Amino acid sequence: MVLKVTKILAFQTLSGIYSAREFVWWYNGHPDYSGLKPDLKSTDTAVILGQGNVALDVARILLRPTTELASTDIARHALSALEESSIRKVFLIGRRGPVQAALTAKELREVLGIKNVHIRIKESDMSVTPADEEEMKNSRARKRIYELLSKAAAAAGTSKSDPDQRELHFVFFRQPDRFLESNERKGYVSGVNLEKTILDSTESGKQIAVGTGEFEDLNGSLMLKAIGYKSVPINGLPFDHKKGAVPNVSGRVVSQTLENLSQTEPGLYVCGWLKRGPVGIIATNLYCAEETVGSISEDIEKGVFKSSKAGSKGLMQLLEKREVKKVDFSGWEKIDAKEQQMGNERNKPREKLVTWKDLLAAAAAN
Amino acid sequence: MLGHRISRFGSAIVKQLAREGYLSATYGTRNLQRSYGHYLPSLPMVQRQTRTSQEAFFLNNHRFYTASATSSDETEKITIIFVDKDGEEIPVKVPIGMSVLEAAHENDIDLEGACEASLACSTCHVIVMDTEYYNKLEEPTDEENDMLDLAFGLTETSRLGCQVIASPELDGVRLAIPSATRNFAVDGFVPKPH
Repeated sequence: MVLKVTKILAFQTLSGIYSAREFVWWYNGHPDYSGLKPDLKSTDTAVILGQGNVALDVARILLRPTTELASTDIARHALSALEESSIRKVFLIGRRGPVQAALTAKELREVLGIKNVHIRIKESDMSVTPADEEEMKNSRARKRIYELLSKAAAAAGTSKSDPDQRELHFVFFRQPDRFLESNERKGYVSGVNLEKTILDSTESGKQIAVGTGEFEDLNGSLMLKAIGYKSVPINGLPFDHKKGAVPNVSGRVVSQTLENLSQTEPGLYVCGWLKRGPVGIIATNLYCAEETVGSISEDIEKGVFKSSKAGSKGLMQLLEKREVKKVDFSGWEKIDAKEQQMGNERNKPREKLVTWKDLLAAAAAN
Repeated sequence: MLGHRISRFGSAIVKQLAREGYLSATYGTRNLQRSYGHYLPSLPMVQRQTRTSQEAFFLNNHRFYTASATSSDETEKITIIFVDKDGEEIPVKVPIGMSVLEAAHENDIDLEGACEASLACSTCHVIVMDTEYYNKLEEPTDEENDMLDLAFGLTETSRLGCQVIASPELDGVRLAIPSATRNFAVDGFVPKPH
């Protein structure tokens, strides 16, 4: 998975810019990212590009009182960094309006309810057009999300501003044009240049953001990109680059399409985001899996392919031959037990092991 | 105290049933796992029947039931009529205080409960077929509404089965189970009406 390619990627070399994905892996203890060391001490402002659930998740971690985080299974290195963090303001930037925001109600409710955080939304951003009304009419979810944001905007107007208070700003109708480099610290990001947008209706009724040519800067030294994912193709695997997914029919990989008839590759199946694009919640994946497994079962019954492959036994032999380190389920159980035991000592559900060395050692222990 | 005595009695009953092969691997275990909400591929139904009170006790560890085969069931029951996707009506007797989701599982009704009633999914979505009955229910909480937002085929009288609790005024209620729950109303997907 890589972040969607935008021209902003060209400036990724500035320090202080992270993809939300790396950041989430960092606080969740992914062994490849435990050494990320994001700088949370040289700025009071973090800017998150995107308003989906991942963006909300990152905002939540940056703003929630660390005393509350201390009893979760957040990675220890992240908790320490957050305890020393100077970040007090978080901006969530969306290129469209509150009616189009990608977040969902439950996650929004949680972030709006964080203790000691002031929500800031411009009332002018909350005005709706007839096209917006239409979108809300067709989707109860959108309507309820809009109402939640409206209420928060109205409450924001009346609350007093306290310099020590943490703030969460929802910024609508702004799309990032480029990151800005700091003059004082070469190689570090100091802000983002945003272009104001307006919405344009397309034929399908969907509204898209269109730049107006008016720009403004937003300062901040921690930038997080949470604007979606894109699958990467594998050599030899059919791939639809536009959709960012493997072409398939009910999970059966399509090798080619001739005159609207899809020819599927016998014995090759796909599931999850690679099948549907990066969309959906956990329960969506549940049914996606059911569909693909259904196809596999059907094909086995129909004798669509004769597999002479060696199966899991063959896989184990191959791994042994190549001397690849592996962890089986009982190894995982040992890791699980160790993490829970360590967590117990600190009033957390678990204390995650965050290096490959520690994980392999725990898996191999007696 | 009474509960403890019954629980020992209940587990003895279950052991006996197991010895007799009554709790078979496909029937009993599947439903055991079902009550813990684990997702399983649907097996062909053995037979539609209301559980005996012994099984009901063993599987439903949240509620108190008499485990004895001879003592009368003292909990008051109402009738709930499930209507499956083919329009078939299945009336079941449900003790007051039991949720619709539990009642469905107890009676082999095909209602998924993926998140084990923790308000984290919408797979136990049911449609109350008569507005009169729908109005008798308490308003859904914000949390339930958040999940209903994402349900396929949402209607004006939709509810989550895990949140609807059997009460005397719901006697005779008809609940339809939506025909397809493969897709959720997220990320711009617009469910087709069925």
